[in-house]
Amino acid sequence: MRNLSRTLSAAVFAAVLISAAGCKKKVPIPSTPPPPAPAAAPTDNTPAAPLSVRINSFTGEPRSIERGQAATLRWSVGNSTDISIDQGLGAVAANGSRQVFPSQTTTYTLTAKGGGNPDTRSVTIEVSSSVPPPPARTTGEVIPSGEILGREAQDVYFDYDKNDIRADGRDTLTKDADVIKRILAADPTFTIVVEGHCDERGSEEYNLALGDRRALAVKEFLVQLGVPGDRLKTISFGKERPVCTDENEACYQRNRRGHLAPAQ
Amino acid sequence: MKIKLILASLIALAVGAIFVSGQDVRGTIDKNQGKPRIAVIDFRGAGDAQKFMTAFNTTLWDELSNSGVLQMVGKSFYPLDIPQQPQDFKAPTLAPGRRGEPARTQKNGPWLTDWSGPPTNTTYLVFGYTAVQDGRLLLRGYLFNVTQPDVSNAQLIGKLYFGSLDDEGSKKVAREFAGDILQQFGQKSLAGSKIYFVSDRTGNKEIWSMDYDGSNQKQMTNYRSISKQPVVSADGRMFAFNTLVKDTWQIMVHSAETGKKLPFYNPVSSTIETPDFTPDEKHVLYSASLNGYVNICIADINGGNMTQLTHVKSQEVSPKVNPKTGRDVLFISGRSGVEQLWHMNIDGSDVERISNGEGYVANPAWNPNGQLIAFAWTRGFEPGAYNIFIMDMADKKPNQLTSNSGKNENPWWAPDGAHLVYQSTHGRSTQIYTMLADGTHSQQLTTHGNNTQPVWANAIN
Repeated sequence: MRNLSRTLSAAVFAAVLISAAGCKKKVPIPSTPPPPAPAAAPTDNTPAAPLSVRINSFTGEPRSIERGQAATLRWSVGNSTDISIDQGLGAVAANGSRQVFPSQTTTYTLTAKGGGNPDTRSVTIEVSSSVPPPPARTTGEVIPSGEILGREAQDVYFDYDKNDIRADGRDTLTKDADVIKRILAADPTFTIVVEGHCDERGSEEYNLALGDRRALAVKEFLVQLGVPGDRLKTISFGKERPVCTDENEACYQRNRRGHLAPAQ
Repeated sequence: MKIKLILASLIALAVGAIFVSGQDVRGTIDKNQGKPRIAVIDFRGAGDAQKFMTAFNTTLWDELSNSGVLQMVGKSFYPLDIPQQPQDFKAPTLAPGRRGEPARTQKNGPWLTDWSGPPTNTTYLVFGYTAVQDGRLLLRGYLFNVTQPDVSNAQLIGKLYFGSLDDEGSKKVAREFAGDILQQFGQKSLAGSKIYFVSDRTGNKEIWSMDYDGSNQKQMTNYRSISKQPVVSADGRMFAFNTLVKDTWQIMVHSAETGKKLPFYNPVSSTIETPDFTPDEKHVLYSASLNGYVNICIADINGGNMTQLTHVKSQEVSPKVNPKTGRDVLFISGRSGVEQLWHMNIDGSDVERISNGEGYVANPAWNPNGQLIAFAWTRGFEPGAYNIFIMDMADKKPNQLTSNSGKNENPWWAPDGAHLVYQSTHGRSTQIYTMLADGTHSQQLTTHGNNTQPVWANAIN
């Protein structure tokens, strides 16, 4: 409001001057004011900046991270009130720290301005791009050992009326032994039952005895491969639990098997 | 022809001194020849008893017919005037001939010769009647030898029987009466005997029992696991079987009377199976996996003092002790290759193979006479296609009883030594049947679920 009234009064004054000039024929036009004095150029000897800006420290820990992990930047700056870090972090205090989550290798530059020449310092955080794949389940959830056994252990097959481990059975059991050893090492209370099964031919009684022998043969083989025998029980089901009931050799073969299951 | 001859003599052996008439079946071909002829009237009931006479007459006829020791005379040959009690028989009198004709016989009622003469030509007559007494069914049953000259000499049986006033009661008295009649012909009565078996009709294999005609089926165990291989002690008071208990097969012994479990100690073994009682009921034989192979063991009746009888690297199952000698043991072993029938003494000595090495042998069973055996064999068939055979231990010649397309397994002798009970599988269904020891008169006893491993137990005295 004051500015407005001043402007108004100036305008009124100017109008009076013009009208007066119009009335008084020759009024001299006032000269333009002189330019301001040029500013004094700064020199090293400028006495106006008695203390120079100094970055005491600027670090990043850890220097290398995996993508998604955090690193901490820490800094300490003296004699400056205008401090900033690039990469979008902006102005910061003289002493401080900041967590950063760079998605790729990034160099952070700290700039401090003040009375003298600005000071800068940089730190680079290495980001590993080859992150290993995540586990099958989210962390914290344990897969039951029986589930692993059921998924990974294979049945071993026998010839009719025989309990010898065949060549294909040796391969199967070698793989099974690795699975079992891994499970037993991870789960100290877990026990496995080796089941012996038979096809539907032969008597119920004889097959129960034969299945017992098959289960023992499987157990003996696994123990030879280093599986602890006290973690393996055996049971025969004879022909009580067939996986199929067709009357042909393909089905009979599927039923003449050693099977690994969690103990009750 | 030859087989029939052998069979006929085997049956004669099986049933012992069946033929009171002294006729000898050997040397004949027709197995009906030489069997005593018997006529059985249709019994009638007084008052309410009549309602149950269909069940009674069917049961009585079947019991006598299925015994295989009698020749049943067809009812169309019977006289019209049927006696119901001994006083109905009226001896004919001699009437003087008229006008010089010779004296002739005057008929006064039913008489013995009506039956012994043509066309009936029977030697024996079964007759009587039923009535209601004090809310019970009463049977008066008679067996006459109608070839005798008078009623007092003719009577072999004249007895009262009581049962409940329903079909079950009428069947019961019919079976008891039939048992008494068959006893007259040297047969051990089957009355009161039970068949134990395995049934999965509840969803689990449990031990069941039934009367030998399939009636009165009763669940005996409730382990809700797998229970099988029943066997009954000679006195009928205990039964043993094996059951899966927490990943281990064990022998169980139960009281047949109370159904309760009796103490039995099982050795540490993954598989213990096929129990059998010694005839003195003091020991139990069974198979157990002790040194890596299932071999045969013997222990006290409570499982103590176990001794391993066989020590071979093979499966050995189904020990069966001779009921007469108590010391001969049949068993199944794979020691010579595939499973065959073997014999040893009860101390494990004198091991000898009985079968000839062909096919697969299973389920040995002793006839009560300790001389005949029955077993299942695949000889001449695909592996698994079992049929029932019987064999005299004296000559060890097998005779095949079944030959149908299914599997026939688990034969077991009846206490009379003349019948067998067994299981037969057609398609996916296994049921229990009885038959005569010549393979005839087969009768299906079960229908619900699958029913297997029958054993025929003596009646509890």
